Amino acid sequence: MIEWLIALFLAIGVIFNLLASIGILRFPDVYTRIHAATKCTTFGTIFIVLAAVTYSIYSYYWVQKDPAWITIGIHSALVVLFLVLTNPVGAHAIGRAARKSGIRPHGAVIDELEGRL
Amino acid sequence: MIAPEFFYAAVIVMIGAFMALLRVFFGPSVPDRVVGVDTLNTLIVAGMVLLGAAYDRTIYIDIAIVYALLSYVGTLAIARYLQGGLE
Repeated sequence: MIEWLIALFLAIGVIFNLLASIGILRFPDVYTRIHAATKCTTFGTIFIVLAAVTYSIYSYYWVQKDPAWITIGIHSALVVLFLVLTNPVGAHAIGRAARKSGIRPHGAVIDELEGRL
Repeated sequence: MIAPEFFYAAVIVMIGAFMALLRVFFGPSVPDRVVGVDTLNTLIVAGMVLLGAAYDRTIYIDIAIVYALLSYVGTLAIARYLQGGLE
């Protein structure tokens, strides 16, 4: 049963990472590309790491009582902690730098930063 | 290779990373290329975790931790350069 859980988490993570790549190719300007790429890759990587943690717990309790499995699970959780903390901040910095370097949003109806940069 | 499903998932994630690399190649402006590189960083971290689980190596996941932090610093440096230096 827990093998199906690992497969489900892996499928969700891989599908969302692929959707991020498709969105980064299909969207019209840099802000919508940031929107697609950051949220989809963060969510997909959360689920991929969740699959790795579930796999390590499963292997520790049902396959082999090896402490290396615990190490793999804890370090994977550290990866997703750092990624969730740093990824939106990086996207915010890219978007702010793009707007400050003069790129208008494609097809914008209202732009509140128009005369203030 | 003990867990083949993690290996197949890593192959699919690398296909997505190749599509992000196409944005780095054909991006019309510089921030588009930076968005491509940022996506590529996150996908490579995901691929490192998947390969570390597939080959049962803890050291691959440690490298993923270091790479996540260093790619964040690199993205911030490029963004700071694009917005016109330190203000």
